[in-house]
Amino acid sequence: MSAESRVSGIDPTPGVPKPDAILIVDNVRRAFGGLQAVDVAHVEIQRNTITSLIGPNGAGKTTLFNLLTGFDKVDNGHWHLNGGALVGIPAHQVARKGMVRTFQLTRSLARLTVIENMLVAAKDQRGESIMGAIFGGWRSTEDDNEIRARELLDRFDLGHMENEYAGSLSGGQRKLLEMARALMVEPEIIMLDEPMAGVSPVLTQSLLRHITGLRDAGKTVVFIEHDMDVVQEISDWVVVLSEGAVIAEGPPTHIAANPKVIDAYLGAHHGEVP
Amino acid sequence: MDFGGILVDALRAAVGPVAAAYALSAIGLNLQFGYTGLLNFGHVGFMLAGAYGAAITVEFGGSLWLGIPIGIAAGVLLGLLLGFPTLRLRADYLAIVTISAAEILRLIVRSTWAHPVTRSVFGIRAFADEFFDMNPLDVGASYGWGDFRFSGRQLWVILVSWSVVAIAGFLLYRMIRSPWGRVIRAIREDEYAARSLGKHVFSYKLQSLMLGGGLAGLSGILLAIEQQSVFPDTWQPKITFFLYVIVILGGAGTIIGPIVGAIVFQFLFFFFDRFMTSAQLEGWFGNVLDATGAAQVKLVLVGVGLMTLMAVRPEGIFGHREELLIDER
Repeated sequence: MSAESRVSGIDPTPGVPKPDAILIVDNVRRAFGGLQAVDVAHVEIQRNTITSLIGPNGAGKTTLFNLLTGFDKVDNGHWHLNGGALVGIPAHQVARKGMVRTFQLTRSLARLTVIENMLVAAKDQRGESIMGAIFGGWRSTEDDNEIRARELLDRFDLGHMENEYAGSLSGGQRKLLEMARALMVEPEIIMLDEPMAGVSPVLTQSLLRHITGLRDAGKTVVFIEHDMDVVQEISDWVVVLSEGAVIAEGPPTHIAANPKVIDAYLGAHHGEVP
Repeated sequence: MDFGGILVDALRAAVGPVAAAYALSAIGLNLQFGYTGLLNFGHVGFMLAGAYGAAITVEFGGSLWLGIPIGIAAGVLLGLLLGFPTLRLRADYLAIVTISAAEILRLIVRSTWAHPVTRSVFGIRAFADEFFDMNPLDVGASYGWGDFRFSGRQLWVILVSWSVVAIAGFLLYRMIRSPWGRVIRAIREDEYAARSLGKHVFSYKLQSLMLGGGLAGLSGILLAIEQQSVFPDTWQPKITFFLYVIVILGGAGTIIGPIVGAIVFQFLFFFFDRFMTSAQLEGWFGNVLDATGAAQVKLVLVGVGLMTLMAVRPEGIFGHREELLIDER
């Protein structure tokens, strides 16, 4: 089944239920002082699709990411990943449950090598406890992880850099590394916060291929993006956030023509002559 | 001036029991600061907890062999106690809490009302007889070459202390190159990234603080055994800063760095100490500097020596320069 057909026939209205939702968000609210940063009544993310989360600056996109991945606490509301409630679960456990995020400003582990950046992300490592560290016995899992890490690095064109410090990579390479590293956690759903920000057009194309590649490998991708061309090109579904609330959702072509969305981006009644 | 004698004195200090105790303590601090990125500015408090844990156990009729694990446990427990409320907060909170906790502990053990337990300013003496009874060396004899000599008693402490340093260094080496060590280094670089990758950052920071605290506790015990006494005012805040100097001088985030750092630090310290003392006695400074003044200038010289070393090798003796050149973002 193609990605388009997974979302075809879904009514493009805010909060519409999806046939196979991996993530279901209900009444999630977060205020900073008097500002209601996030106020999402209901939204569902269809499994094995690329959903882009768009909206003007300050719409609450990153805050919503922070809330869903346990990096911030909600005022109220709840959300479920694969049917399991995630409210109040700390960030590291959210990652272990299969929802991994990246950051708008790349967070590479500068004084670790590229391969160490990858290996640290692997799950269930025997040598990660003090006893395991002292008494050993972690070599075989480490070998398996190294094989997987090298495969991913090759896929992301970083194979030749594995012994360089991550801090010595270029900005675009760090974006690639961060995405590859997130995959080491073996997520089901990956949340990318502006993966294309500050990246050259050539690298953007390569990142786009990686993102569609993730979907084709069975992952669900949610990503925040400002560039509407990018959104049109690779999204299966678009969710529009404005002032913290979902004001529209639907296939990319539908969203581009939606007057509410144009209003949110350009200001209301832009067509009227005062 | 007898430069040979000064040099030998400095060398004796460089391999002496105090250098070994500092090296052990610095290994613990390096785990926290160099590898995990924790700012513990009260490391001396953990040493105090260890020394008093052991000495009080003996004072109340326990064996020294019970006292040593109790002292180590006291250091570990202090780490838990200080880490639990602060490690979820920003890094500076740990710094504030540890620096004050170390001073509070020193003031508690020296206060009059604590006298029944800690013997206050009079200190606990002669608590390590069991250790010296085990000495296989001839206490009356002296071992070494030329002027570079130690008594049988000193050498026993030196051998045991440096063996402990070697074991601790080896264990830390094993841990740092394991996945556990990779996680704590990842936390040092960016704890948000570590959390996003499924690592329980708080737990690892706490483990690092407690382990470093245990090593500091053991180093406090070694220092106390060497002196056969525990006094409150041994544990001044300046010890913590000596240890930071040692870690940074040797190379933070390296295994061998803190050990060599302790040796170099003690060498410089005693070299300038003996030099200034003899220069003052020989009247080099005329009426300008008396003995107290000479001792103060000694500290200035130690500082200048350390600054010179850091200017030449800002990454420390064994540090990796390429790591220093990496920009954080």
